[in-house]
Amino acid sequence: MSEHRSERQRARSGASSSTVSARTVAEGVRDPELPMLTIADLGILRDVVEDGAHVTVDITPTYSGCPAMGAIRADVTRRLRDAGYADVDVRTVLRPAWTTDWITADGRRKLAEHGIAPPSAAPTRNPGPVPLTLGRRGPVACPRCGEPDTVEVSRFGATACKALHRCPACGEPFETVKAI
Amino acid sequence: MPFDNAYEAITEENDHTKWAFGTGFDDPLAGVDPSVPDGMDAADLATYSLMLGDDALIMSHRLSEWCTNAPELEDEVALANVALDLLGQARLLLTRAAQASGAGDEDTLAYLRDERAFRNVRLVELARGDFAHEIARLLVFSTWRLALLERLVDSPDPVLAAIATKAVKELTYHRDYAAGWTIRLGDGTDYSHERIAAGLAAIWPYTAELFTPHPVELVDPSRVRTEFDAVIASVLDAAGLSVPDATPMATVSGRSGRDGLHTEAMGYLLAEMQSVARANPGATW
Repeated sequence: MSEHRSERQRARSGASSSTVSARTVAEGVRDPELPMLTIADLGILRDVVEDGAHVTVDITPTYSGCPAMGAIRADVTRRLRDAGYADVDVRTVLRPAWTTDWITADGRRKLAEHGIAPPSAAPTRNPGPVPLTLGRRGPVACPRCGEPDTVEVSRFGATACKALHRCPACGEPFETVKAI
Repeated sequence: MPFDNAYEAITEENDHTKWAFGTGFDDPLAGVDPSVPDGMDAADLATYSLMLGDDALIMSHRLSEWCTNAPELEDEVALANVALDLLGQARLLLTRAAQASGAGDEDTLAYLRDERAFRNVRLVELARGDFAHEIARLLVFSTWRLALLERLVDSPDPVLAAIATKAVKELTYHRDYAAGWTIRLGDGTDYSHERIAAGLAAIWPYTAELFTPHPVELVDPSRVRTEFDAVIASVLDAAGLSVPDATPMATVSGRSGRDGLHTEAMGYLLAEMQSVARANPGATW
């Protein structure tokens, strides 16, 4: 370990207020598939607990098959190590399951700025069988021109979390994060 | 990290984690408490996790065969997304099976088991037909699996319950997609109607097996029959189609996919899925 790191670790054990907290470091890790968002913006960072030199980070997958989870786990570990936290444990938390309602207001703003329509409120889960949705889901506004109602081209997009839409007003295709 | 070209990206030091595909994945249940709850039979939990995991793995494999073969780009993307969700469910479930049985991991279970050890229902292994056949299969599969996993949300095993909670959200999308296409084809031209009717007729003999109870099942599949029938009826009604009148596919003294007895298609599927891993034991790429 470099001298620089051990110095930082000493500083932290002395509870120096100038040290960047593990939470701040973890919150800065970006999602590889939506790089305009941090994992905190996306709501998949569930908890960061510092216990002396040991840091436990809880993350939750967006979708069961999300191929970004391995990269995110490695990024969190690497960023924390670079910040002087040598002992990092990244845990997977499956429950409660991720919902797009956990995307922060800041995250929604960043999505829209990058041409991706943020999700509407996630469907509420009532007791009993899950109903079929044969028609349209809720209206999705165009992130470019603001047209309030757009056409769904495909309910599945380039990544598991997105659907494809087209705006009838400005004619542009765009992606939207599916509300789940 | 910035790089000028793709070659630089893959050769960048210490950045192997950017590879999303290959072997040597992290344990998908890393950090999840692996213990089996008191009062639960670990062997039964392992077998049941294997059944649900194998259904997802084999269906995922068949769906992924549509890459470069679907009629439209959007549908290729949709089928690949469904396949990816199911592969994710399979990884979690096979990992849970390995934890409960105390042997192996997701890779050994997926790549190193022989045909007789696979517990999936035969519906998912059937060779890829035309697009209508796939839509019919996906409609039946996702309707059935959604109903089952919805009941598993309250499982006494917290890991299975958590996997099911997430899977239910995904399967809701899969079922909507298959239902939407069933209606478009059934209520489309005479020709498209004929094709989806033929697809339904071809897979229908394999539906009876879905509801046959098995001794270790945590959710009795016969309990979801009413819900399954109601959903299928509402979709077929909107599509102008009717439930095929089909004789259930024969079993071997009542044993079928759940007991490791598969159709001819299964061996070919496994040969393709497992050949690289078996030819290069322990290789990573």
